[in-house]
Amino acid sequence: MSARITSLDVPWVGRAVRRLEDLPLVTGKGRFTGDLPAAHRVRFARSQVAAGRIRSIKGPVGARIITAADLSDVKPIRPMLHKFNYRPIAQPVLANGVVRFVGECIAAAVAPTEEEAEDIVDSIEIDMEVSKPIVDVLDALNSTSAPLHPEAPDNVIVEGHFKTSGFDATWAAAQRIVRSHARSHWQSASPLEPRAAHAAYDQSTGRLTLTYTTQAPHLVRTALADLLGLPEADLRVIAPDVGGSFGQKMSLAPECVVIVWLAWRFRSSFSWVEDRRENLIAGLHSRDQHIDLQGAFDEHGRLLALSADVIANVGAYSCFPTTCGVEPLMAMAEMPGPYDVQNYACHARGVATNTCTMGPCRGVARPAITLALERLIDKAASALHIDPVDIRRRNLIKRFPYTSATGLVHDEASYRETLDIAVQHIDLTAFRKRQSEERTTGRYLGLGIATFSERTGYGSLAFAARGMEITPGWECAELSIDPSGFVEARIGASPHGQGLRTALAQIIADELGVQPENVRIIHGDTDRTPYGWGTFASRSLVIAGGATLIAAQKVRAKLVRIAAHMLEVGPHDIVLSNGTAKVAGTDRSLPIAALARETYHHTHRFGGQIDPGISEKGFYDPLGTFSNACHAAIVEVDVRTGKVTIERFVVVEDAGRLVNPMIVDGQVHGGVAQGIGSALFEEICYDDAGNTLSSSFADYRLPTAGDVPQMELHHLETHTGATNLKSKGLGEGGAIGAPAAVMNAINDALSPFDVSLDEMPATPERIAAALRNATHEGLAAPTSATSTERRSVSSQATPSWEERP
Amino acid sequence: MKSAVRLTVNGQDYRVNIEARRTLADTIRSDCGLTGTHVGCEHGICGACTVVVNGDPVRACLMFAVQAEGKDIRTIEGLAGDKKLHPLQTTFIEHHGLQCGFCTPGFLMLAAAVLARDPGISDAALMKILSSNLCRCTGYQNIAKAVRAAANQMRKPQR
Repeated sequence: MSARITSLDVPWVGRAVRRLEDLPLVTGKGRFTGDLPAAHRVRFARSQVAAGRIRSIKGPVGARIITAADLSDVKPIRPMLHKFNYRPIAQPVLANGVVRFVGECIAAAVAPTEEEAEDIVDSIEIDMEVSKPIVDVLDALNSTSAPLHPEAPDNVIVEGHFKTSGFDATWAAAQRIVRSHARSHWQSASPLEPRAAHAAYDQSTGRLTLTYTTQAPHLVRTALADLLGLPEADLRVIAPDVGGSFGQKMSLAPECVVIVWLAWRFRSSFSWVEDRRENLIAGLHSRDQHIDLQGAFDEHGRLLALSADVIANVGAYSCFPTTCGVEPLMAMAEMPGPYDVQNYACHARGVATNTCTMGPCRGVARPAITLALERLIDKAASALHIDPVDIRRRNLIKRFPYTSATGLVHDEASYRETLDIAVQHIDLTAFRKRQSEERTTGRYLGLGIATFSERTGYGSLAFAARGMEITPGWECAELSIDPSGFVEARIGASPHGQGLRTALAQIIADELGVQPENVRIIHGDTDRTPYGWGTFASRSLVIAGGATLIAAQKVRAKLVRIAAHMLEVGPHDIVLSNGTAKVAGTDRSLPIAALARETYHHTHRFGGQIDPGISEKGFYDPLGTFSNACHAAIVEVDVRTGKVTIERFVVVEDAGRLVNPMIVDGQVHGGVAQGIGSALFEEICYDDAGNTLSSSFADYRLPTAGDVPQMELHHLETHTGATNLKSKGLGEGGAIGAPAAVMNAINDALSPFDVSLDEMPATPERIAAALRNATHEGLAAPTSATSTERRSVSSQATPSWEERP
Repeated sequence: MKSAVRLTVNGQDYRVNIEARRTLADTIRSDCGLTGTHVGCEHGICGACTVVVNGDPVRACLMFAVQAEGKDIRTIEGLAGDKKLHPLQTTFIEHHGLQCGFCTPGFLMLAAAVLARDPGISDAALMKILSSNLCRCTGYQNIAKAVRAAANQMRKPQR
């Protein structure tokens, strides 16, 4: 691990340094938003109907209740996209006459304790005129009843069309079309810490401090200032220890706005802590998507053209700041994935329904598009009698840089290499033999592969392409050394478990020749850090790290100049290591503290050559970079019960130069576990009235330790020229590839039954139903005595391809 | 209606004035000021609120504070005892057994209670125990590694 290595030549970057974040967290000294005391506690009365009009709100006598009528000076949340036919729908912070989903906040109850506030909520009577909700996204598209929002008469909030110039001709001439329809259902990011907001007014400065479970404190400050009509200078936003997020805490919660307004209006401190039921019902859902994908292949299995239709359920409102365009538009831009296909057409829509608002969640659209694509590839392999590994080899991007059909530049990567290595580790031949043998005893094992690319670390140009009203992307790092020689960096990113502090300390330690544990990284406080965009979209290591590297290089240069001046040598003779500046080849050295003290307290000795103090800024705004991986899963499906056991899971990934391999492995483990949850267990179910049926962890099933296999991780490192660190992001990759690998494995296991499972989660109910239907149509389930050969294409109950005459 | 309750937490007495419906988790956090125990679900599934009561790992969200009167309650704040760190705290750091840290106190107290009774626990039994608590960040692999490493340390005779 990170034993004190005395050799001065071993860099910190690349080492599994233990995390600087850990000690407070393992000793119970972490500081989470819900830990803060407040004068007043707030609970929300939420809509129990999915669609309707509020006739009256009556609270118990003497209770402090806030409704929309009190918030007439608060703007609604209205994010904006200037492209893709986006309809700027608005979400009032408390329901204003109309309710649009079960769980929408109608009133806030304020009391000295949470229990009293909950008691008040239970006593609030809300009289509603109930209307028939639209729950299913396809119903929303075909609906003849009143739309959810007047701005979108057809319930389509955002719509994109894309087609390459060569597509029509290629498609018309295509001889073999394969189709895959991937269906993914509503899921919840479900961080272990539910959302919470604490706002306090400071009488002496007239400023408000918001402590909030957020991934983007500066963005929240900007939003609140706008919604409440305050200068940003009067607001301080703190993201303390945040207990996971996975995208859910990136979007501004209307509850948070109410809390801040209360603190502002009543000049006191207010706190809201969500409970799990609220989080599962109202805490931003994701992944309710239909992806209809068709691929035209030649006889060698080369993918000639891809045609996609994407429908994403956006729920009742549009999340700030990304807007609901985040899922359908990312699907449209990245559908071709890691494959070399230049002819591409896509129609993508974000459609409103009377369900909880959608927000980004780890992987965003890519888990579903990877499922669709990898199922398509496997189906093509089967239809064309080509090995599923070979068909991928023939189609994966080989030459870099590669500009995709949608204009995304894939920098140097290892798509084919990761596949080859994964296949080696699996030992395909041995597996096929075992699979065959086990089938004779009635046991069904399967192997599934998913190859994918993950777009990461992209800056403002990429966000600008989406037409967002606020364009995030760059990052800033300030690095300073105080007169005592203490090194401190202040960043605009906002990590919440990713170990970014440790990684950045390693980068700085290498540049300045200090120990990582002597570097302090400040983040998550808008009063102490430069403006930045927070942590999401697998960006922080690349972009905040890149900015940190630039700042560290400037500080290094200054330290060298100071030392050269003080030691009376040329800058080229100075070596920074072990906390000192040394004259190379001698034992003359000065500690960093001495250099710092000189430039703060004896500036005159530099004759105007060097500015006082040590503080440098770095900005970084890269175009982006693609990491990649191959996931291979071996599963067993119990055909009597539909239960899936994952026997083995192999990941071969390439995230460029790894700063801290231990942290990287942790991200892959966590992402794959979430992907397994997506594939097998997790679904927020709604009934026809729009009630959330999965409102506790008993119904919304997160994977436990027993559900997740021991993962075998292997790393390649393609040092990319696209980023100054030569690193790539990878935080979402596990969640992107694992569902497709597991689903492909299930389908491989069940190939004797001619079923095609393309809907996740593939619960035991869905698997058992598919098997029942297959048997019912006259295809007898193979007994132990029959042949285990794969059935020929022509006998498939559901043809997966059509041959053009 | 509130009444006086005396809780013994980490060897220290706390006299609190609480309603009978107040959970042990909420009481520990708000009335005893020990916020290291976290509340993740309030319905006994996630285990973030796990504390040790008379040696047993317990969901503090499913216990009323009044039920814990007269019992020996241990929370994350008292895990190290009079040492700098408990072996589990050390191995969680060494093996990257935490990311956001929210579930961590619950896992540490669960593992501490189990290992105190059976440091020689088998891998299969340990996996079953660890399935009691939810983690959304780590995928459990490093948590299992850390607990196993601590168990191995705790089985060695103390010098």
